[in-house]
Amino acid sequence: MEILKTYKLYIGGQFPRTESGRSYAVVSPSGQHLANACQGSKKDVRNAVQAARKAQGSWAGKSAFNRSQIIYRIAEMLEARKGQFLEELQALGSDLKSATQEVESSIDRCVYYAGWADKFQTLLGSVNPVASSHFNFSVPEAMGVVGVVACQQTALLGFISQVLPALIGGNTVVVIANQKSPLCAITLAEVLATSDVPGGVVNILTGEVSEMLPTLSAHMDVNALSIAPIEAKLQQKAQEEAIDNLKRVRIFAEPLYAESAQGLPYISDFQEIKTTWHPVEQIAGGAGGY
Amino acid sequence: MMSQTNWNLEPSLESAAQIQLQAQYELFIDGKWQAPLSNTYFDNVNPADESHLAKIAWGNAADVDLAVCAARTAYDNVWSKLSGAERGKYLFRIARLMQEKAKELAILETLDGGKPIRESRDIDIPLACNHFFYYAGWADKLQEAFAGQQIAALGVAGQITPWNFPLLMLAWKVAPALACGNTVVLKPAETTSLTALKFAEICQEAGLPAGVVNIVTGYGDTGAALVAHPDVDKIAFTGSTAVGKQIQKACIGTAKKLTLELGGKSANIILEDAPIDQAVEGVINSIFFNQGHVCCAGSRLFVQESIAERVIEKLKFRLQSIYVGHPLDKNTDIGAINSKKQLETIERYIAIGLAEGAEMYQPDCALPSQGFYCKPTLFTDVAQSARIAQEEVFGPVLTIQTFRTMEEVVQKANNSPYGLAAGVWTDKGARIFGLSQQLKAGVIWANTYNKFDPASPFGGYKESGFGREGGRHGLSAYLKFSN
Repeated sequence: MEILKTYKLYIGGQFPRTESGRSYAVVSPSGQHLANACQGSKKDVRNAVQAARKAQGSWAGKSAFNRSQIIYRIAEMLEARKGQFLEELQALGSDLKSATQEVESSIDRCVYYAGWADKFQTLLGSVNPVASSHFNFSVPEAMGVVGVVACQQTALLGFISQVLPALIGGNTVVVIANQKSPLCAITLAEVLATSDVPGGVVNILTGEVSEMLPTLSAHMDVNALSIAPIEAKLQQKAQEEAIDNLKRVRIFAEPLYAESAQGLPYISDFQEIKTTWHPVEQIAGGAGGY
Repeated sequence: MMSQTNWNLEPSLESAAQIQLQAQYELFIDGKWQAPLSNTYFDNVNPADESHLAKIAWGNAADVDLAVCAARTAYDNVWSKLSGAERGKYLFRIARLMQEKAKELAILETLDGGKPIRESRDIDIPLACNHFFYYAGWADKLQEAFAGQQIAALGVAGQITPWNFPLLMLAWKVAPALACGNTVVLKPAETTSLTALKFAEICQEAGLPAGVVNIVTGYGDTGAALVAHPDVDKIAFTGSTAVGKQIQKACIGTAKKLTLELGGKSANIILEDAPIDQAVEGVINSIFFNQGHVCCAGSRLFVQESIAERVIEKLKFRLQSIYVGHPLDKNTDIGAINSKKQLETIERYIAIGLAEGAEMYQPDCALPSQGFYCKPTLFTDVAQSARIAQEEVFGPVLTIQTFRTMEEVVQKANNSPYGLAAGVWTDKGARIFGLSQQLKAGVIWANTYNKFDPASPFGGYKESGFGREGGRHGLSAYLKFSN
């Protein structure tokens, strides 16, 4: 007899069931019952935000080089689990060719962003020539906790494309996974749990977007949102709720396979620029010497 | 105990006779002065003595529409076809003309808004000119600024500026917008329109093509019409967090690019190794500069416990020699509060502070009998949860709290919905960098405060808004990016 896998949530490095005790059936396009997934609740969202906040300081505090290594490790683990992702994507309706393209593109995107982790600072920062005697410099800094509504069409590549640019910059994330096809997201959680990504840095919820998103978008401890196209009304409501604490909201609508779906702007979307004026002592007679 | 001082200063008034005010100001649309379709004007008052300055056009939605159409036409037909180098030349020319009229602009700014002439003359106007000079030079180097990225102008930018630094905020908005190839419709704050209208004259004199800069004066409804206009591609707003949130809401579902520079409750931190006299002077500048009408004002002072008593005593002593007086008087440190409404807000907060149980100190100084004035005010024994320590007062009111450890002060400083700026006073360079990393704010001043420079990006974290003004980063606000 086959052992059926239970797909659970991923919060704070653990795989809990939803506190609500509910699940929903994940079915293939032909109507075949594939698995049960947790139907996450508002409380699960709050738990996930709490875990993400707790993990944020130390994640941002790691060296950029170290974050790069960890993201590259994700790519390695994805490669190792390629077969499982191919199966899941096919079970959910992809043909082998497009499933292969999606998995390979996802791995490539991981490698791409792993390389950015310790370089975007050089391009987004600056030293500014002010008129007074100050060393004035601007550096990018993580926004904090980013809420993500993952792409509802392309489950794996969508997830990777939205989460990684936030992650490499020192943000932690709470992801509402693809509602109909949450399997990849949870399998990805298993990848993350074994790739040195500290617990709480990525948190993944499955269930109804319409149920969980309002809690995420109104949460006062979430700094930004990355929303893939969803029903217009739901998106507008989320944007309105985000205003309460002035969340930065990005709509991620690029065609995922396009080169324009990755790049520096997606990293800078979740960075704040901090400018410091550091005093410079003027040394008399020091200017002309050589 | 330090002794009481008595400073009797001879008045040294800058003469307002050097400028000619018009009785009535129209809207500046499509390069011409146009009577408002609204047919309505409002009174502009000098906050220093409540005298009437001029009547100013109150633009309505139809006026805004005219201005946006003019800006669109100018964008399509003229401005978008110019090379960056040519745009830059216009900006350089505007900067020079502003410099040439610096005195006039400074007096206008002080008459209109109540800020000390010393500040408008030495800070606001020079910085505004420099901002135009700075961005003039970027106009033909945009691709170099964003190598590897496809960039384009946005189109028509709607800009709404506040009353605390009228011309400087105009410069912060108009200069990068034009450098990046956009055309502009600007709505200045209702209490401070005069320098914007003078700027319109400067644009004419510079030969700037008609419609590239349009100025529609009015109240909040005028600004709301600008935000709501479907043909505006970008909104840049500086003002209160409450209004910023309304604007963000109004922009949902549109393609408008938005930047917001909003309120603050910035922490100014003095560590025990700091040069104390320098720090005390810095505190004076951080909270009493421009009557405290500064979004990044260091309105929450944190002093390390071991030196708190000394610092507070020195501050009180220093307050006795602060000169609150006529804004045109060159002796004046604190001028007039910008409006009656704002004075009432400040007085309400002072009453709240007292009711909350904090201890208040105000120097024993005389205030002019007419106009809107407020004494510099310190509050000690302030709880972290007190409203005067949490909410933006936007006036010369400082709360003082103490701390023991660095960890404690970082926590207290960051415990605010705002995140615009912070100050750090210490002798130790490493400590400056360390605190700078920990403080959640867009600008960190070390051993200085309220310093501005066109090359230095400015803008906030959290509810202080998003986007940056100044420096290379300030260009991003006025460009469309596609990979």
